Amino acid sequence: MELDLVFLSRIQFALTIMFHYLFPPLTIGMGVVLVYLGGMYLKTRDPAYQQAQKFWTRIFGLNFAIGVASGIVMEFQFGTNWATYSRFVGDVFGSALAAEGIFAFFLESGFLAVLIFGWNRVGPRMHFFSTCMVSLGSIFSSIWIVVANSWQQTPAGSHIVPMTREVLDEHGQRMFNENGELITAPWIIDGTPVMRAEVTDFWAMVFNPSTGYRLSHVLLGCFIMGSFFILSICAWYILKKKHVDFAKRSFRGALLLATVSSLLIAINGHQQAQNVYQYQPAKLAAFEGHYESDGSADLTLFGIPDAEAETVHARVAIPGGLSFLVHDDLSFSKPVLGLDQIRPEHRPPIWIPFISWRLMIGIGTFFILLTLFSYFLLWKGTLFEKRWIMWAYVASAGLAVVANQVGWVAAEVGRQPWIVHPPIVRGDDGNPILDEEGYLQYKMVEAALPDGTPYQRYAGLSTEDGVSKAVAAEHVAASIVMFLFIYMLLGAVWIFILNKKIQHGPDPPEEGFGESKTVNMFRLEGDREHQHRADAGLWDDTVQRDDTVQRDDTVQKTPGGDHD
Amino acid sequence: MIEAVNDLTLFADGFLSLSRNSLANIWFLLLAVLLTGYAILDGFDLGVGILHPFVARNNTERRLVMNSIGPIWDGNEVWLVTFGGALFAAFPEAYATVFSGFYLPLMLLLFALILRAVSLEFRGKVTSNAWRHLWDSAFFLGSCLATFLFGVAVGNMMLGVPLDPHHEYIGTFLSLLNPYSIVVGLLGVFAFALHGSIFLYLKTEGDFQQHLRPVMWRMYFVFAALFVVVTLWTTFTVPRAVETLHAHPWLWVVPILNVLAVLNIPRAISKGIEGYAFISSSCVIAAFVVLFITALFPFLVPASNDISNSLTILNASSSEKTLGIMLLIALIGMPCVIAYSAVIYWTFRGKVKLEETSY
Ligand code: HDD
Ligand code: HEM
Ligand code: HEM
Repeated sequence: MELDLVFLSRIQFALTIMFHYLFPPLTIGMGVVLVYLGGMYLKTRDPAYQQAQKFWTRIFGLNFAIGVASGIVMEFQFGTNWATYSRFVGDVFGSALAAEGIFAFFLESGFLAVLIFGWNRVGPRMHFFSTCMVSLGSIFSSIWIVVANSWQQTPAGSHIVPMTREVLDEHGQRMFNENGELITAPWIIDGTPVMRAEVTDFWAMVFNPSTGYRLSHVLLGCFIMGSFFILSICAWYILKKKHVDFAKRSFRGALLLATVSSLLIAINGHQQAQNVYQYQPAKLAAFEGHYESDGSADLTLFGIPDAEAETVHARVAIPGGLSFLVHDDLSFSKPVLGLDQIRPEHRPPIWIPFISWRLMIGIGTFFILLTLFSYFLLWKGTLFEKRWIMWAYVASAGLAVVANQVGWVAAEVGRQPWIVHPPIVRGDDGNPILDEEGYLQYKMVEAALPDGTPYQRYAGLSTEDGVSKAVAAEHVAASIVMFLFIYMLLGAVWIFILNKKIQHGPDPPEEGFGESKTVNMFRLEGDREHQHRADAGLWDDTVQRDDTVQRDDTVQKTPGGDHD
Repeated sequence: MIEAVNDLTLFADGFLSLSRNSLANIWFLLLAVLLTGYAILDGFDLGVGILHPFVARNNTERRLVMNSIGPIWDGNEVWLVTFGGALFAAFPEAYATVFSGFYLPLMLLLFALILRAVSLEFRGKVTSNAWRHLWDSAFFLGSCLATFLFGVAVGNMMLGVPLDPHHEYIGTFLSLLNPYSIVVGLLGVFAFALHGSIFLYLKTEGDFQQHLRPVMWRMYFVFAALFVVVTLWTTFTVPRAVETLHAHPWLWVVPILNVLAVLNIPRAISKGIEGYAFISSSCVIAAFVVLFITALFPFLVPASNDISNSLTILNASSSEKTLGIMLLIALIGMPCVIAYSAVIYWTFRGKVKLEETSY
């Protein structure tokens, strides 16, 4: 079988980014919760807050480590697998990625050390400050990467120009003209000028038309992830009647964040969808399985899309629903541009966006209903007795993961066949101008060759053209196997350790900072810990003993037991 | 606020009066700074990873070794991530050519870095010997492989690689594993192991610390031998390296300081002033980076087949505008990074102790 480089590179990118994206939403979402807990502890000095913060910090640290490991892959992958894309966008895209390193990653990873290892080394104020910095850093990193992604969805603040290069003599030396200036020339290979996107206006690039919507949406998705993750663990404790006080307390806090974020994300998502229609109508049409541009547009609830027949079978739809949602049109009748007005070669695949879009919105709607109903029960005082609700919360963490994943799948597959989506040709009234055949037109750029012949290309880049030319398909296949292997391993270990930490639960509240400074203190606390773990049935002396020397034993029985 | 932002933009426009050529040269130097920062900082924790199976005799010592770098390794690695981002932004052509050309080694590097990142976190989470052993091995393997591959990459860049007119790499995987590059890879491994052993010596005390003394000596002798070999080999096979020195004689300061620093390490160790040995090994690493980039200049990726296919600093660089904006970002960002990194290093100063939150 002939291996297809483009296909394999896409699979690898999807695999690695989806794995990476399991962790950042948890980091960002839980980071905010940790800031809240740290702040409340500073204000009230109630040890229960610190107990909670210590417990969630340990889980946070675990997620962070895998997030970092999988993130490094992403940083290099543009160059390894998408080299042609990197040459094309580097001038624009690279600066966002570099800014992410300088402003975000240093902040996160530096202060993370204080957050995790610093309990006994710094005072509560410095610890709280570090917590804030970690949270801020994780939010910054989402900002820069989302800016980069949004620019390739809706490019702005940039133009596409032919490249020039300096000319070398046969010894590889630079050449200068009589004024001492470097001699440069247009870079033309086989009659084709090499072109790339360059920044014209940095802030317009940063605040391109979709950054704001996408960023707020992604962050809300992260808050949903963080809060439902905490709700899920707490609901499980409540069901198992373990750490019940701790669990109810955390549950109430997280429920508030979950409710607010779920409501906001629906509103924000609606606006985002309208924005998608403006700049990437083909994508929205694929989300909706919408083929007929004429007349009022119905909103498909269920159905089986069929790209060949250009229709949706077994369709259940709200008449005029799409007209209303896209145009805020109360007459339910304004036409919506459909896939029939997109050139066949410019249409995104329909199945994946259609399904993932529905899944995301379904889950979002479910979250709204669940959280509002929970407040009703909380008000009646019966929330924690309703076992089925608690089970629904246990499952909800998984649903939040799915919603975050399919949201990106919809956005990215819906952007196809473009890796950098070209702008649409519009008239003065802002409406798209169709070509003679009645199709939507994408913007072109022109360059003149030295002999005067004009050269034209799309003001974007197709995914096919973005891959690395120096890489063999077999090599990508090999790296996919490697990533599959290592990610499955990491995933399994992550779940295993997470489960262990959840089973272990929070340590009993203890007072303050800076206490267990010396190993001797550990001996005392160690004994208490020993008792605590014996109660929980977790203490296994046979496992505990190994090649360690005597001195080691006192160190091993430390509070926070599972760290040895 | 808006006005402040506008001012900053104006300031950025000020940079634009610098030509693309000078901005590109500035960025070439800044990348060298990032690379030096990375090599010195992650150098010692890669070195600690390479050494740990050989120096730690029991679980406590193993934990001491791991926790000596516990709070800081992640921050150190960010220097590499930022180097990657800055290379992408300032020299997209080079980022694309090198990363896609060195595809398989880079995938191995990623594999190594992933193993390293998670094994520290995972190791302590289950108290079973087999489990610890697994992650100890992963940590060692990851550190060793990553360091070796960095060295191999440097070796190949020194020699130059075959490129077509589109700047695409046209060699094979095996041609990257040439003898010269392999020896440079080994030099890297032992340079970092030496650097790491001195760091570990400084972070430990008592019996374990004494146990590390002979380790430092052994690492030093292997390193010094490889240093001589690579120096001679380079002068014969990479004429460009010597040419730049001839063209700018003041640059001879660097190799001379390098040799002095190499000689200072044994002096400092035997005198019992290991802090100076650490400073010297840091200087050696910094000198390596400087020598590396002087050998490259004015190229970023020299083509071994046809010199006119090479990526020069100018040909590979971004536009004037982007280079200027990036410079502004770096000027705002890096002082902050250095300031709070210093605070964090200060927080975790002193000898390693095992505490409740340790790995
Ligand atoms: C917990 C996660 C979550 C939930 C509950 C929702 N979303 Fe979402 N959605 C995301 C997480 C997400 C995301 C992962 O953050 C995406 C991927 C790319 C992006 O911009 O955000 C996304 C993409 C995305 C897009 C595509 C943006 C683009 O392609 O430019 C739209 C239009 C919406 N969402 C709209 C909605 C609506 C109307 C929801 C109704 C409840 C909704 N989302 C719930
Ligand atoms: C920023 C530069 C990015 C580039 C160049 C890029 C490019 C791509 C490409 C080429 C694909 C394969 C599409 C296909 O198979 O049809 C893809 C898929 C995907 N991307 Fe992006 N992407 C980028 C950013 C992101 C970001 C920041 C995320 C967020 C986490 C993301 C999430 C995804 C997801 C979830 C898929 C899977 C879609 C599938 O199932 O195929 N991408 N991306
Ligand atoms: C293709 C695009 C992406 C690239 C190149 C990328 C790169 C990276 C890198 C290199 C790291 C490790 C940093 C370190 O060493 O500390 C990282 C971690 C992180 N990234 Fe990504 N990332 C991408 C997508 C995303 C997206 C879409 C988000 C959020 C919206 C995100 C948010 C984070 C966060 C919060 C971390 C901190 C560690 C963690 O995962 O918990 N990243 N990323």
